[in-house]
Amino acid sequence: MLNVAVVRFPGSNCDFDALRAAELVGTNAYFAWHRDTSLRGADIVLLPGGFSYGDYLRSGAIARFSPVMQAVQHHAAEGGPVLGICNGFQILCEAHLLPGALLRNAGLSFVSKPVDVIVERTDTVFTSAYAPGSRLRLPVAHGDGRFVAAADTLRMLEAEGRVVLRYVAATESSPLQPNPNGSANHIAGICNAAGTVVGIMPHPERIAEGVLGPPDGLGFFRSLAAWQPRASTLKVPSR
Amino acid sequence: MSFRVHVRVMPREGLLDPQGQAVEHALGALGFADAAEVRVGRAIELEVAAPTRPEAEARVREMCDKLLANPVTEDYLLELEEA
Repeated sequence: MLNVAVVRFPGSNCDFDALRAAELVGTNAYFAWHRDTSLRGADIVLLPGGFSYGDYLRSGAIARFSPVMQAVQHHAAEGGPVLGICNGFQILCEAHLLPGALLRNAGLSFVSKPVDVIVERTDTVFTSAYAPGSRLRLPVAHGDGRFVAAADTLRMLEAEGRVVLRYVAATESSPLQPNPNGSANHIAGICNAAGTVVGIMPHPERIAEGVLGPPDGLGFFRSLAAWQPRASTLKVPSR
Repeated sequence: MSFRVHVRVMPREGLLDPQGQAVEHALGALGFADAAEVRVGRAIELEVAAPTRPEAEARVREMCDKLLANPVTEDYLLELEEA
């Protein structure tokens, strides 16, 4: 059974949702506290949403230096999978496990609503259960979700196919306003070169059970549950 | 020696600064139509002990690069004075 560590920082608030979604797909999921120096044999790490350390200074900036994040850095460097959701994505960027940064939404408002996204990359640990080009309706809830990166970094992400999720433009079948935060290239989620570290702004853990609506987010958890630790000998290249 | 340091962290030139735009709109609404190019950043003050001014500055630059500013999106300016 896969061990899944859900990291809790002071201010995390999607930790129980993430734990439950990981349990739904049959993993041994448990919490790791921000002061922990060990992930207790985790195969996979989830960084849940919330407002770690009150979002002081910048979202994710303080969490990056917590003891548990040193263990997460080590885990990721060894090729271990990490999924950062919302605040978790912000932390991954601050920790330089993913490129770019997440800034205040272009409209300045906190945005909490469903959005439509396309799964552009399905060979990551967290999206393998989706068909390429799948369209999902997932909730977002963030104030700092505008993905920015230097022009050459954006070109590299596009050229290497590292955009995992992209906001869909409004169409007749999708009346939702596209790109809720002004992200560059409508980017909603990216991954590292190996596809083992993924950061996304939408919240799949909030829509992983049918009682809440079409469980479009469940695929992230079915994907991670299907991951084979031994099959992964990939090493994350140093930046 | 001890130095009092003022760190000014600003959004990088050319990056969208929605807070600056909102403040500029508000200033215009208050009758300050002559305000333009408003940008909003962050000011941090701290004291640092170091034998010399260059060493103090190098130390604070390290703090900025590692934590106080995000090298992807922000630039910073330092002012040091003997405390």
